[in-house]
Amino acid sequence: MNLGNLSTSLIDGLLIGVVYGIAAMGLNLIWGVMRVINLAHGAIIALGMFGVYLLFSVLGVNPYIALGLVAILGLILGIIIYNLTINQMIGAPYLSTLLATFSINMVIIGLGTAAFSTSPRDSGFSLGTAELGFMKLQNTRLVAALLTLLITGLLYFFLYRTRPGKYIRAVSNNRSAAELMGIPASRILALSFGLGTMLAAIAGGLIATFFSFTILSGDVYQQKSFIIGVLGGLGNPLGALLGGLILGALEGLLPLAMPNTWVPVIEFILFIIILLVKPSGLLGDKK
Amino acid sequence: MKRTIFATLSLLLFASLLLAACSPAAGPTTNQSSAANEKTAVIGFTASLTGKLNVESTRQNNGFKLWMDQVNNAGGIKLADGSVVKFSSKFYDDESNKDRVQELYTKLVNEDKADFLISPYSSGLADASAVIAEQYGKVMITTGAASDGTYQKGYTLVYQAYTPASRYLTGSLDALANKDPNAKKLAIIHENDKFSSDVATALKKYAENKGFQIVVFEGYDTGTTDFAPIINKIPADVDSVMGGGHFADGQQFAKAMFEKGIKAKFISLLVAPPEPTFAEIGEAAYGIVGPSQWEPQATFKADYGPSGKEFIDAYKAAYNEDPSYHAAGGYVAGLILQKAIERAGSLGTDAVKAALDATDMTTFYGPIKFDTTAGSHGLQTGHEMVFIQWQKDASGALVKQVIWPLAGKTAEPVYPIR
Repeated sequence: MNLGNLSTSLIDGLLIGVVYGIAAMGLNLIWGVMRVINLAHGAIIALGMFGVYLLFSVLGVNPYIALGLVAILGLILGIIIYNLTINQMIGAPYLSTLLATFSINMVIIGLGTAAFSTSPRDSGFSLGTAELGFMKLQNTRLVAALLTLLITGLLYFFLYRTRPGKYIRAVSNNRSAAELMGIPASRILALSFGLGTMLAAIAGGLIATFFSFTILSGDVYQQKSFIIGVLGGLGNPLGALLGGLILGALEGLLPLAMPNTWVPVIEFILFIIILLVKPSGLLGDKK
Repeated sequence: MKRTIFATLSLLLFASLLLAACSPAAGPTTNQSSAANEKTAVIGFTASLTGKLNVESTRQNNGFKLWMDQVNNAGGIKLADGSVVKFSSKFYDDESNKDRVQELYTKLVNEDKADFLISPYSSGLADASAVIAEQYGKVMITTGAASDGTYQKGYTLVYQAYTPASRYLTGSLDALANKDPNAKKLAIIHENDKFSSDVATALKKYAENKGFQIVVFEGYDTGTTDFAPIINKIPADVDSVMGGGHFADGQQFAKAMFEKGIKAKFISLLVAPPEPTFAEIGEAAYGIVGPSQWEPQATFKADYGPSGKEFIDAYKAAYNEDPSYHAAGGYVAGLILQKAIERAGSLGTDAVKAALDATDMTTFYGPIKFDTTAGSHGLQTGHEMVFIQWQKDASGALVKQVIWPLAGKTAEPVYPIR
């Protein structure tokens, strides 16, 4: 194991970690704002993948432009899902929202399998390889990383510097108080859910530019998103990004020291340690 | 108002879930005994209509259905007592899930009174179904299932149509050694499922016996899309890389190796390279070798059943696409059963079993013969893998060529590939 090997592995890991981060951001936001675990998160990531893939392969639209359209569709889909399901369950036990999002997940997977089968799709999109000394990096991964940083910045700005963002944070902090202050809580929650699904769709779209996928591919990102949510802290987009980077770095570096099938074991041990030591996550607020 | 909308939606959701759970088989199940001497034998199996195995399973079932339709249209099989038997199938969706397989095969035997069984696609599911076949005393032909393990459990009624995993990649080592006896550094990187692990372990043993040096021997989890960490473990002076798993991961692994500039001279991967869509990754597919149970270019002289061309034409006419080896495997499972029933002259399990034990035939798919020793009863011993390699034709387009065994090759192997 030399320095070259280490740095290649680290950079590879960080680049994939950035993608994990944006995939986690959506789940994180919804979970943090309204204490709803969106079990359809993975399915929506997969829809984002298909969205960009279809727009690129069938209509020839540049994937990054297609991403914008997919993002808007993700936002609208989220608002629809929220109004159809979660909104109907105010005051219902916690499990109801879990079941509701789980059902949405089954519907999307079922319809997706019928429409697309589970045949793997590869967008075949490539921007070439960048050679930095001993390392060869895919340009699509670099662009995905840069876009993720940009989107994280925009999201942070939205949440902390704009009025709707403040409303979201208010409602997530204390819904009744926010309503008393005149904030339309229901609409804000719908917006938050929509933002969450929008981020999931964007993540999917970015992943489709460099990995192949099927309608079932979102699942693994959903699983990692749970770990990242705990790792980075609920509701904080920077936390999701940080969690993603840490996870990615681990996945890149650990295999150099052990069989790579041990990596998920280490990931989950880390998950448990964080839950015990700092349950609110690395960047989470103390509630 | 909100309550009623919610209630209606939940009811609809519940109803659709209920319907899905009781999914009726899509196959014909009626007994059409119009003639007094006509019997119907029910062949039961599960298909992965949903879940990750749905593509290959559908092809396998299409192949099997083609066989069944052809036999029935030709008038069925004549038995020793003068009666004629036609076939009908009964199948359920196993959702690519092992637990469902066992429930459903039990149902096929007990409720649907299946006379014979065909396995689902994939070693894992076939292994689960074989238990039920043996338990209830029904003959089962496994297809789409290469794992050796299933035939080392003492079963007597389970017969394998595919070349077993232990002989899947060994041929590519022979091909490599034949081309370059000095290329000794081998990296074996495989998917962590039963099938790929069996292939890798058998390959490692074979390689070590032939003097190869295994520089990497690692597994990656099923569903892996990011191969960078495991590729980073391959030393720069590696001669060849072998392994892989199924289609999606094999394709991504090949793509990632190309992007990371791995300078292996020979790369042989499971399952993925023989698929026509493997070439979607473009330049990354060039030179990649893969084993196939059957390729359309293969020219076995069949002494039973249709010729290769006849099979391909019939399949194309029925399904509007070229058959893959999964489809060939499905068809040949039916052929194996047909020959055994003809030979036995009856539908009785013991008679058919005896006939299967004595099988020694060559179909368009290749030779078929079964191991009848107690230790590996039912293992396929006649059939061998063909190895294809992606090469370029005169116009620069990627095409598959058969490079091994030497007797069946259509082109010289490209070596070194990078």
